[in-house]
Amino acid sequence: MQKLGDFKLPHFFNYPPYFTLQPVRETREKQVQLWKELILDYCRTQKIFVIKLEEEFPLFSNSVIERTLSHEAREAFLSALVAEGRAEWLDKGHRSCLILWHRIQDWADIIVNFVKDNGFEDSVMTVEEIRSGIESRGTELHGIDRTILMRALKQLEQKGKLAIFKGTSTDDEGIKFSV
Amino acid sequence: MSNFFSKAEVTSSGRPVFLRNEVECHLLSGVDLESEDHHSFSPLKSGILILTTHRLLWLPSSSAITPTSASAIPLAAISHIFSSKKSLKSVFHSPRIRFQVLVSPDGRVFDPGSGSGSSSGSGSRSVVVTAVVRGKGDCDGFLVKFWDSWRARAWESNETSGSGSGSGLASGTGAGTGTSGGLYSTDGSVRMVGVAGILRKEQEMWESTDKSLQDAFQDLNALMSKAKEMVMLAEKMRQKLLSGTSSQTSGTNDEDMGSKEEIQDWLLSVGIISPVTKESAGALYHQQLSRQLADFVRTPLERAGGMINLIDAYCLFNRARGTELISPDDMLQACSLWEKFDVPVMLRKFDSGVMVIQNKSHSDEEVFARIRSLVTKPEALRNGISPTDAAMTLGIAPAMAKEHLLTAESKGLLCRDISPDGFRFYINLFPEIDQCNIYFVKDYGICSTWIKAVSTSGKNAFLNELILTFIA
Repeated sequence: MQKLGDFKLPHFFNYPPYFTLQPVRETREKQVQLWKELILDYCRTQKIFVIKLEEEFPLFSNSVIERTLSHEAREAFLSALVAEGRAEWLDKGHRSCLILWHRIQDWADIIVNFVKDNGFEDSVMTVEEIRSGIESRGTELHGIDRTILMRALKQLEQKGKLAIFKGTSTDDEGIKFSV
Repeated sequence: MSNFFSKAEVTSSGRPVFLRNEVECHLLSGVDLESEDHHSFSPLKSGILILTTHRLLWLPSSSAITPTSASAIPLAAISHIFSSKKSLKSVFHSPRIRFQVLVSPDGRVFDPGSGSGSSSGSGSRSVVVTAVVRGKGDCDGFLVKFWDSWRARAWESNETSGSGSGSGLASGTGAGTGTSGGLYSTDGSVRMVGVAGILRKEQEMWESTDKSLQDAFQDLNALMSKAKEMVMLAEKMRQKLLSGTSSQTSGTNDEDMGSKEEIQDWLLSVGIISPVTKESAGALYHQQLSRQLADFVRTPLERAGGMINLIDAYCLFNRARGTELISPDDMLQACSLWEKFDVPVMLRKFDSGVMVIQNKSHSDEEVFARIRSLVTKPEALRNGISPTDAAMTLGIAPAMAKEHLLTAESKGLLCRDISPDGFRFYINLFPEIDQCNIYFVKDYGICSTWIKAVSTSGKNAFLNELILTFIA
């Protein structure tokens, strides 16, 4: 399909060699580059935060030309993302990868903007509310991966923009902004 | 006095008449029979001593044979056989065989066949008889057989089971089997009767196989000792050649060199590597071979489109030669010598390790141009090309085609596509793709050509529309 869901695929997605890990160095570099971009784009638009290598991932297969990326290829491309700082391996076995289509820093900025836009400068919210509250609907924060959110919040905490504390209910943490 | 010994019947031609089941075992000539006490009997001089399964026979030497002069000692009458004593004296004397014979009271050799008393103890006396072997026979062998026959006690059973080779010289060992009627039919040949008969047959077969194997191995041993000599000879020649060449100066006369080369050729034909290969430009043999190969390989090269696998060339060459086949090593040497001569062919090794022979005029660039034109055809743009496709178009062997494709890939001309369908190559589009704007396609150039080709396939008709919408 030239579209995966509502995602527009580039024309070279139907180019069979695109799905085979190229041995020639120059060709490989180009190929890796293209895949990195594609993965980030796709994850951003589809709001995918984690890719599990052993599971089916729509981007890694093309049923029209009947090609699928091999495990080796997937690992190669994701490792390239990790090397660039746009992804992180969640386990030593490289089975699960966290995709940072926004860097943590970017997320932190988004949170700050969110807080400012909604006038939450001095208020308190739970983490869940940031993720799935009414206010966050329509923003990029909505449905954000919890791990990423916590990392961004911690970064902001270190900068003194907020404080994280254990809330009254035992299962969620609260944020006190002081942006 | 011949009274001592039993009578032995003799045929008209002087051969002893054997008893039923009796088989001759050994024979010694020039034998004297003496008694140790010197008066039991007068010595018998210079006769033939025959050992059978039943008796010890003494025949006078041929001229003196009369029907009455042959003597016999039944083995049953022998109570002991002495082992041969090796002493200083025995070195100088003729070998002797000594045995003890039971004597019946009337001074004759105890004869178990006659009715005189039981077989043990009635002969209270025993006499030691010595057989002095003055002739050239195998005395020790005789003694061994003597023991065997004596112990076998063939006379005790009605039937014997000596091996029946029928020639009368077989050794008669083994205990008797129990079939009544005897295994030997009246004419003396062995009857194959019942289980014993089958066993006999087996035994005979085994023994004859054994014998023929032994004979064969004798020949083989002889061959091997000869071969050793041959190899030593060849080595000597080689050494001479080697020392000869090194000591020669460049001012050798032609005749000497000629004969030396002849010898080298001869050595090579026997399979010995020429000793001067490394020093000079190679033995004359290899030089000639090299040129011959270069000439020969031209035709297959043309047929194969300018490039041929070294292994294929080797097979073709040897087949053409017919008899004097060359080894893979020779082939390799011959090919490496091409560098030194001016021949239109060369040996080439690909990255993958495959070695080929190709024309010097062959150019990779030209092949790449042909590949490029092949791989930009609409069909190839859609489905890529396999080594077989390339082989057919380029007119070369599939293995060669694959090498070319791989080389083209390493130069960035092609990309590989590995799938369950197989190993295929496509034109390399990657350089054309703009990283910064992956959705942008130039409307000239290979990318757009590719897209058009892809979109016109019936299978991708649905795609057609989608593609066109976003190219535009």
